[in-house]
Amino acid sequence: MSFINYSSREIILKIVYYGPGLCGKTTNIKFIYAGTNPDARGKLISLETKQERTLFFDFLPLSLPAIRGFKTRLHLYSVPGQLFYSASRKLIMKGADGVIFVADSQRERMEANVISFEDLQENLAAYGYDINTIPFVIQYNKRDLPNAVPVEELRARLNPDGQFPDFESIAAAPNGPGVFDTLKAVVKMILMELKKGGN
Amino acid sequence: MYNAQMVIYEAEYQRLTEICEKLLRDSMARAVFLVDKVGQLITSVGQTANIDTTSLASLVAGATAATGGLANLLGEEEFPSHYHQGARDSIYIALIGEQLILTIIFDNRSTEGLVRLRVKRAEGDLKRVFSDLSQKASAAAETKNNSLFSEITDEDIEELFSDTF
Repeated sequence: MSFINYSSREIILKIVYYGPGLCGKTTNIKFIYAGTNPDARGKLISLETKQERTLFFDFLPLSLPAIRGFKTRLHLYSVPGQLFYSASRKLIMKGADGVIFVADSQRERMEANVISFEDLQENLAAYGYDINTIPFVIQYNKRDLPNAVPVEELRARLNPDGQFPDFESIAAAPNGPGVFDTLKAVVKMILMELKKGGN
Repeated sequence: MYNAQMVIYEAEYQRLTEICEKLLRDSMARAVFLVDKVGQLITSVGQTANIDTTSLASLVAGATAATGGLANLLGEEEFPSHYHQGARDSIYIALIGEQLILTIIFDNRSTEGLVRLRVKRAEGDLKRVFSDLSQKASAAAETKNNSLFSEITDEDIEELFSDTF
């Protein structure tokens, strides 16, 4: 649900990072925080446990330049990945304009990816969204790890028809390849969808 | 369903802000924030200079969503308000209709009882403005009057990212 404020002349878009536990959702957001001009970013809020598990959500507000005279603000959220935080995940999906699914490329996490993907579809449906119509991008993360499966294998399970834009990434690497590409892709999709009128 | 936008126009923004200003005075609060359930700040009044209002809006919406989840677990539809008491400042959070969250920060010059009473009085006014706003926004959507996005070009989108990352 985009938010347009004619008084402050700003548009706010909510983007949610989804995916199984420890796939790198928070790492994506921390990398974006570190790589963004300090004037363009707000405070990063991370509600996580001591074991780096997101307990409720991460939140990062970003300011992009004005578009047609309206400041564009992105509110990035990540959900807790572990299965038993299902209730929290659902709450955070409310009002999402776009979703990034972060898949863990490690072979032993393949089933976790699939389960999380199904969970995402259920949570989207709970708010009347459809994965085929909401702006949605997949990121195959941890491509540098020795136990990473070939991208084709991940695609076969998560994106068999190739209908979703997908990107390879290493969010934990110093230059975080793929992280900004994924974010830009979903922002473009949201704006194009709004341009169309969202129907 | 996807494109359920929230749109705030100047006139309604002014009316909402005036209601919050009156509430601020009447409840002797430090600050009043009006937030939507998704976590976006609509307006704020009072001593807000030292508060990260964007973070506050997001956390208030998160806390309210979690409180609503607790209510559902107990078979309640909602807990219409929740209150957090601090040593110096306290925070009172009330649901207003389906979409708004009113947040009042106050210190020992006021009390929870006074805040609760004044919130009840402001509630009807806020709902009225929000109802007008919803009608206006849906009328605009029907006539495609709200086509701010229709003029956006691919170049506009590309330029969004050039200086930020």
